[in-house]
Amino acid sequence: MKINKENNVYTVVYASVLVIVVGFALALVYQALRPAQLENIANDTKKQILASALIYPTGNESIGDLYEKHIKNSYCVDSKGNKIDGETALDVNVASEVKKPADERVLPVFVCTTEKGEKYIVPVYGAGLWGPIWGYVSMDDNGKDIYGAYFGHQGETPGLGAEIEKPQFSSQFEGKSIFGSNGDFESVLVVKKGQEPAGKAYVNAVSGGTITSQGVQKMLYNSLEPYTEFFKNLAKESNKE
Amino acid sequence: MGNIRKRLEPLINPLSNDNPVIVQILGICSALAVTAKLQPAVVMTISVLAVLALSNVIISIMRNTIPTSIRIIVQLVVVAALVVIVDQVLKAWNYEVSKQLSVFIGLIITNCIIMGRLEAFALNNTPFNAFLDGVGNALGYGIILVIVAFFRELLGSGTLWGFQVIPQALYDLGYQNNGMMILPPMALITVACIIWFHNRKAK
Repeated sequence: MKINKENNVYTVVYASVLVIVVGFALALVYQALRPAQLENIANDTKKQILASALIYPTGNESIGDLYEKHIKNSYCVDSKGNKIDGETALDVNVASEVKKPADERVLPVFVCTTEKGEKYIVPVYGAGLWGPIWGYVSMDDNGKDIYGAYFGHQGETPGLGAEIEKPQFSSQFEGKSIFGSNGDFESVLVVKKGQEPAGKAYVNAVSGGTITSQGVQKMLYNSLEPYTEFFKNLAKESNKE
Repeated sequence: MGNIRKRLEPLINPLSNDNPVIVQILGICSALAVTAKLQPAVVMTISVLAVLALSNVIISIMRNTIPTSIRIIVQLVVVAALVVIVDQVLKAWNYEVSKQLSVFIGLIITNCIIMGRLEAFALNNTPFNAFLDGVGNALGYGIILVIVAFFRELLGSGTLWGFQVIPQALYDLGYQNNGMMILPPMALITVACIIWFHNRKAK
């Protein structure tokens, strides 16, 4: 039988069948690969959390094991520094939390055991030039100084804004204090190279990545501020000891 | 002997004489984007190989039934489905590389080499020949990608496949990596150099 390929009905039926078959195949692939993908995404998050505490995977140790080894405890607090029950720190959607008013947020804290004592890791989230930027900041147990930081981005300009994910940028934060000399929360400023704001903690912005750098500054302020009470409690406890 | 050579022509021709990148000047965009390091270049080659060989075979099998008026759309649907599958597989098995390649896997859909081979070859040839043609063209594309990535990674980062190959002693003497090699323009210049040598040889 010779098929009439110009027939309208044939064309429509052909297109419909093709789309249904392809749609079915794609759904099947998606379902089959979903568990492995979710695990990869979870591992990637764990890797970022550890990177903020300056712990990097070496050789054959899996990220999962490394995470179990260092992150002994994690919990969520509210803006008054009290623990919230029933929330898992890893499952908190930071992107939607930062949009809420400070006193309604669920604030995840990861307690990381390192060679230099306990570090408290908190997530930060904000906007860069083209899309979201995020990161993790680890604090010393005095609740005042930054121990390390990790930043990530979705689509900042390579070579410019995207430089925030490089250690050259994030290592500048090490040792900076987020509280001013009078004890008020001040965050860390990201300023153009050469500027030196008097009496404030600051780092150098990425040259050519002004908007992304300002995004980092805003992100740090907005995401860290609700933790003020929690950090102050940490400071009190470390003073007692 | 000559018979076998003739039958393997779709596979061998695109490697050099009819190379998609340096002779037909197709697929340059992705050649710039993914060649800063060797590993993403090789993964990209394998991805394109899978998509091109499979889509060539599928279109070739379907070639006698495809309605002429919607043939480009049918080709696009097949290619897009294969690309999504490749993307999903990469995300599940090699998350790091899939993060590096990000949008460029998705952009395989728009790679002119693929649509070009479907239109020019798969629609008129048997599945086996279409398969050879797909593999040949993908390898021809991959060879160029790997050569470009080799020079860009060696001169730009001093490494190959992530391992340092330029000895530390040289850096101590004041040698520096050429940061320009990391940027896309140097990929264009490298491709141009390959075309130059290739043309010299062909004459």
